[in-house]
Amino acid sequence: MSTPVAELVRWDAARLSQALRAGVVSSEEVTRAHLDRIAAVDGPTGDPDGSGVHAFLHVDAEGALARARQVDADRASGAELGPLAGIPIGVKDVLTTRGMPTTCGSRMLEGWVPPYDATVVRELHAAGLVVLGKTNMDEFAMGSTTEHSAFGVTRNPWDPTRIPGGSGGGSAAALAAFEAPLTIGSDTGGSIRQPAAVTGTVGVKPTYGAVSRYGLVALASSLDQAGPCARTVLDTALLHAVIAGHDPYDSTSIPAAVPDVVGAARRGADGDLSGVRVGVVRELSGEGYEPGVLARFAEALDELRAAGAEVVELSLPNIVHALAAYYLILPSEASSNLAKFDGMRYGLRVVPDGEHVTAEQVMRATRAAGFGDEAKRRIVLGTYALSAGYYDAYYGSAQKVRTLVQRDFTDAFGKVDVLVSPTAPTVAYRLGEKLDDPLAMYAGDVATIPANLAGIPGMSLPAGLSDGLPVGLQVLAPQQADDRLYRVGAALEARLVAKWGGPLLARVPEWKGVPA
Amino acid sequence: MSAQGVGLVDYDEAVSRFDPVLGLEVHVELNTKTKMFSGAPTEFGAEPNTQVDPTSLGLPGAMPVLNAKALESAIRIGLALNCSIAERCRFARKNYFYPDMPKNFQTSQYDEPIAFDGHLDVDVPASEDGSKPAFTYRVQIERAHMEEDTGKSLHVGGSTGRIHGAEYSLVDYNRAGIPLIEIVTRPLEGTGDRAPDVARAYVAALRDLLRALEVSDVKMEQGSLRCDVNLSLRPSPDAPLGTRSETKNVNSLRSVERAVRYEVSRHAAVLDAGRKVVQETRHWHEDTGLTTAGREKSDAEDYRYFPEPDLVPIEPDPAWVEQLRATLPEPPAQRRKRLQAEWGFSDPEFRDTVNAGAVELVEATVAAGAPPAAARKWWTGELSRRANAEGVELSALAVTPAAVADLQALVDAGTLTDRLAREALDGMLAGEGGAAEVVAARGLAVVSDESALVAAVDAAIAANPGVVEKIRGGKVQAAGALIGAVMKEMGGKADAARVRELVVERVGA
Repeated sequence: MSTPVAELVRWDAARLSQALRAGVVSSEEVTRAHLDRIAAVDGPTGDPDGSGVHAFLHVDAEGALARARQVDADRASGAELGPLAGIPIGVKDVLTTRGMPTTCGSRMLEGWVPPYDATVVRELHAAGLVVLGKTNMDEFAMGSTTEHSAFGVTRNPWDPTRIPGGSGGGSAAALAAFEAPLTIGSDTGGSIRQPAAVTGTVGVKPTYGAVSRYGLVALASSLDQAGPCARTVLDTALLHAVIAGHDPYDSTSIPAAVPDVVGAARRGADGDLSGVRVGVVRELSGEGYEPGVLARFAEALDELRAAGAEVVELSLPNIVHALAAYYLILPSEASSNLAKFDGMRYGLRVVPDGEHVTAEQVMRATRAAGFGDEAKRRIVLGTYALSAGYYDAYYGSAQKVRTLVQRDFTDAFGKVDVLVSPTAPTVAYRLGEKLDDPLAMYAGDVATIPANLAGIPGMSLPAGLSDGLPVGLQVLAPQQADDRLYRVGAALEARLVAKWGGPLLARVPEWKGVPA
Repeated sequence: MSAQGVGLVDYDEAVSRFDPVLGLEVHVELNTKTKMFSGAPTEFGAEPNTQVDPTSLGLPGAMPVLNAKALESAIRIGLALNCSIAERCRFARKNYFYPDMPKNFQTSQYDEPIAFDGHLDVDVPASEDGSKPAFTYRVQIERAHMEEDTGKSLHVGGSTGRIHGAEYSLVDYNRAGIPLIEIVTRPLEGTGDRAPDVARAYVAALRDLLRALEVSDVKMEQGSLRCDVNLSLRPSPDAPLGTRSETKNVNSLRSVERAVRYEVSRHAAVLDAGRKVVQETRHWHEDTGLTTAGREKSDAEDYRYFPEPDLVPIEPDPAWVEQLRATLPEPPAQRRKRLQAEWGFSDPEFRDTVNAGAVELVEATVAAGAPPAAARKWWTGELSRRANAEGVELSALAVTPAAVADLQALVDAGTLTDRLAREALDGMLAGEGGAAEVVAARGLAVVSDESALVAAVDAAIAANPGVVEKIRGGKVQAAGALIGAVMKEMGGKADAARVRELVVERVGA
């Protein structure tokens, strides 16, 4: 074979797809290359606080190779295969995988092996993708740094002393460290987009209901959405097309055709956005945003104008209240969704010492031992917010704010086709920096949360570097207009990559682990 | 002694000084093939934890999807109870921790029930001794809402089978997620001393209605119909409502009546002693006829209800609701009045038919050609005895209404005597075939050969000269001995009436 195996891990999914179809490489070779890469950089199993990237919580090398060989055999027999057949993928550990551990980054589910696949995972298998394993995350997707994983932090491939974002830090870091060309994330308040921003990758939170939540372990049911993560806009679209669609097992899934996201990404790649109206959200820049972030954002706006887009600034007055509303709705729903973890049926079970131990005592001891601090903080918050006498003041008011935020977006999309903002106010900060200051961590979600409250789709894509660290740009579109993200994202990506003389990720330093 | 240690007041005395107010909450398990929110099967009595799937076990990631058939049944129940059907309603989560609840919240309807503001007219029968007359009471229905059932805990070890003292507990999740409809009345006022009768008549009427709708097995002994009785007393009908107790586990019609009587006596004793009734959940004990205190239920109990975000709001198409209205059966009470008139049954005859659970069977037997009176006699008489002896439901006997009608036709044609017909029934129940087949195979038909009968009668006369003397002497009843002899000679296969005629004729009396 002419291609050095080590080189395969740098190829994007679209290129791998062509090579697989042309017979230049086999899925087994591609899969083995990624497994080798994981072995080289992810750190030794059982050493979570070592110097590896630690993007994966579980790697199923045997299963992945077996599936890869099956796809190769199917291809050899002339079977009709989808564009991503034979391509490896990492799945966030919040989606159930039959026969493969699913922990949600929590001690509570350590060792739990689900008896069923999430619909998204079923779709991946049906499309011939090769699941490498499960990626690290903040416990039950609560956090913005992946430091709240019970199984150790994930490190940012750009700088191993920094956060990879969260909660889906594993899915983003795996892409930036070339451990997988594609990953699945979930986004409740930015858990796909913010990690994408701080790792220089692409991530999309689809329209609420566009991708089935069946088998996605719920954090906040009305906000959660699984979505695609990749290194390019086109790859993200290809994966989006695989996982989106109506699912009768999820009554909140949308019974409508999926927009042509792949077509939109290909169309956008010509870099022409003539006639596209782009709105800049006044409330999502300025104070609180790092100068480097604002500088890259301003340059990206210049590129959008150069692409022919009409760029206007507009105001969404109510989104300044989005963060507060979100941190009432999320804990409320989470307090109820996480009630099932009680040691009675699966996962951790802690039986306190003594005679005549009651079920209630087992539940209490199990929950005390199984949940980390951030999970407990949000369960307590949510339990309080839903209490009789406080419901109207907290949960009820938050839902009203949510309606106002939705209305702001509806008004804005009457004037423009997409909205843009920086994805996060800062670049990746240092591990531990905000661990003792949850409010500062929450504030980092200010730009991503409104999309979850409104149920609209959002994308983060690389906008450049600030002090050597990636900056993300967010694109937002109306519900069920996910294709607009891909057209605008692909156009901006094409122009920026041309300007940079290559993809941003070409500049990610070779992994050397944590400096001594 | 009651839990509050003040004894009981005689029922009649209690209702002479206090005005009872009832409230009834009835849980109905629907007979859908699958659960409320998933495709798990719902077979009753299956091996523990076999009627489950990720959703009904509350596994991480699993999600609910509303059972369309359950929604249909809920709407039909609502319509049959003369309720308004919500144009839009939602489910809510009722949050509390208990091991038999897989998610530690119950998905239920809270402030947005599918059906509300209805009524059911209930015929309350006269008391057995006739001292209190029959009357019709309109029960106001506050709401009928959908929810899911919980699993069942089994406490092993210890003497009581209850959680206290048990060595360990097992949980069976087969019942978890079975669709339930909870039907809640408004306070039933003005029942006076008939409160127990009204309560029983309401539950009976509801059971009949649900059975006619074919939405539930309505077997109280299996828990597919469960009743909670709320009761309070007040000094007079003008006084504000008193504090109520909620008595659970009242699982037969008789228990409904008894539990109301008991609680009236108990409340009266508490109030007479100058104490306050505790608002609490109480448990009914069928064996002792007592209620005992369960957990205290304050209004502050906080289930942290909020709208279920995993389910979309329900917006039934009004045209569909009207289609469902057109499928409603004739109201059971009305249907009964019609059938009684058509069949010409007296009130006691019809009541026996109802009590035997034989109305549908008689109806089908009549439809197959039998006279109503004969059909009633079969089902409330011989067939009820057989069902009792075998310990099965009447409808579970191995004989169809059509077969009973065939049998009766043979009796009416004179082919079988009553005694022969019962023998034929033995064969039919034993699976030997239809009435005609069994009669042929067992040779049961009445002997219609007149010359053989005449010969037997003559032989009997010759053999019993003393008897013949008596008959000729005017003691006609003495003919019985001759008839018996003839019947014996004929192996019972003779028409006794015809034999009597022949005896009288041949003796020449």
